[in-house]
Amino acid sequence: MIRFDNVTKVYARGAKPALDNVSVEIERGDFVFLVGSSGSGKSTFLKLILREERPTEGDVYVAGRHLNRLSSWRVPQLRREIGAVFQDFRLLPNKTVYQNVAFALQVIGKKRHVINSTVPEMLELVGLAGKEKRLPHELSGGEQQRVAIARAFVNHPPILLCDEPTGNLDPGTSVGIMRLLDRINRTGTTVLMATHDDEIVDQMRKRVIELKNGELVRDQDRGVYGLERV
Amino acid sequence: MRLRFIFSEVLNGLRRNSTMALSVVLVTFVSLTFVGAAALIQLQVGDLKDDWYGKVEVRIGLCPENARSTQCAAGPVTDNQQEQIRQVLEAGPVSELVKKVYFESKEEAFESYKKLDNQGIADLLTADQMQASFRVKLNDPEQFQVVADAVAGMPGVDYVQDQRDIFRQLFSFLNAATLVAAVLAGVMLLAAGLLITTTIRLSAMSRRRETTIMRMVGSSRTLIQAPFLLEGAVAATLGALLAVGALYGSVRYVVGDWLKSSVSWVAYVNEADVLTVAPYLVAIAVALAAVASVMTLGKYTRA
Repeated sequence: MIRFDNVTKVYARGAKPALDNVSVEIERGDFVFLVGSSGSGKSTFLKLILREERPTEGDVYVAGRHLNRLSSWRVPQLRREIGAVFQDFRLLPNKTVYQNVAFALQVIGKKRHVINSTVPEMLELVGLAGKEKRLPHELSGGEQQRVAIARAFVNHPPILLCDEPTGNLDPGTSVGIMRLLDRINRTGTTVLMATHDDEIVDQMRKRVIELKNGELVRDQDRGVYGLERV
Repeated sequence: MRLRFIFSEVLNGLRRNSTMALSVVLVTFVSLTFVGAAALIQLQVGDLKDDWYGKVEVRIGLCPENARSTQCAAGPVTDNQQEQIRQVLEAGPVSELVKKVYFESKEEAFESYKKLDNQGIADLLTADQMQASFRVKLNDPEQFQVVADAVAGMPGVDYVQDQRDIFRQLFSFLNAATLVAAVLAGVMLLAAGLLITTTIRLSAMSRRRETTIMRMVGSSRTLIQAPFLLEGAVAATLGALLAVGALYGSVRYVVGDWLKSSVSWVAYVNEADVLTVAPYLVAIAVALAAVASVMTLGKYTRA
């Protein structure tokens, strides 16, 4: 589903590479944690998948596409196959829960009747049925993140990227979000989650990819957060 | 769905940025009014040229009695001299250029003067005091100099006048006015372009949240950019329409009602001319907005 072949990314000429010769493959339906301290290259890794950045060297394949050769007008098609969730939720403050989720479908040109049937289903799935008309600021952090997940997943993309989705949430709420992501993963969706949250990684016992200074230092099935704990 | 989406985003954008949008409208309005005025002045010049150059003639004044000019020192024109001049015009080398020669006698000149005179001056004059002349119509009025040279030195000729000279000054005034209007229009258009750029930039910044999400969920670049493009285009088009309205109003009430009643012997530009110019003004406005948008948008809504 996602494959990096000897990928190196250098932002400024002569600078230390943000990613250094990384090769990794993530299969369809995998649940993978991407861990590493700040500046380890996690964000660059995600940006390369979304093709917000292009690799300096090496090849990136996502959802059957060779991103090095993907022309920029096809990028939107790629992004429709990738749902993205962020630490800061990125909801539209003046739109209701329903409108926030529907927005993602509107702007890719889905028909109104499709939107009308899919959005309630999705809100049901993330556990927000009955809160359609709330505005984001009327919701708790956990609920806001659920809206963001609903928006990312409403088009049923085969890949879900999560960048520190529990970073702003307390541990109890985070567990709920992780259950939700796990449920989405069980529908066959590939989930790649960048995180600092060692407790969650340790609890979930999923595959862990660790980056350090841009290098891949660990790729472990059913792993835990830090190397030293193995 | 998409059209509705774009439409509502454009309305939102204009509302959110209403002061900027208004300034874009006003600046394009003023600049395009100048552009339109320049165009109308040129149309007017064209009309006048068509209208008058067809009527104008070369006038060869023949020496009258008691002439003071040196050409006529030998006294008034004789019949023989008059006949020679006619020969040159009708059978000489320049006859090819000449369409028609008409002789206005002293009596005829006096009659036509009497018709124009409304102060009783004609009563104090006699036909003998008038000047006889040849009126020569040329196939091509631009060939005036050749004909003038052929007859200018001949005995009995007082002066050769190209009637176009009367209009030339008017035309150079109108051309200068066009130039001034065009330069002002250029400066204003530049200002309008920069304002549109700024407006789009502001609008893009204020909608950054939306556009980030749109990019993230994979909406096409067209859909992301269209609202901004249209915002600029709508504001600029409104300005263009105001300009058309202002030009229409001034042609109708200033030129049509006021100028026409005070100087009625000239064919003026009319409302139809404004409507001819109008599509170009709108096109300029849209093109301006498009250029400004393309220069700005790439940076703020990249895929």
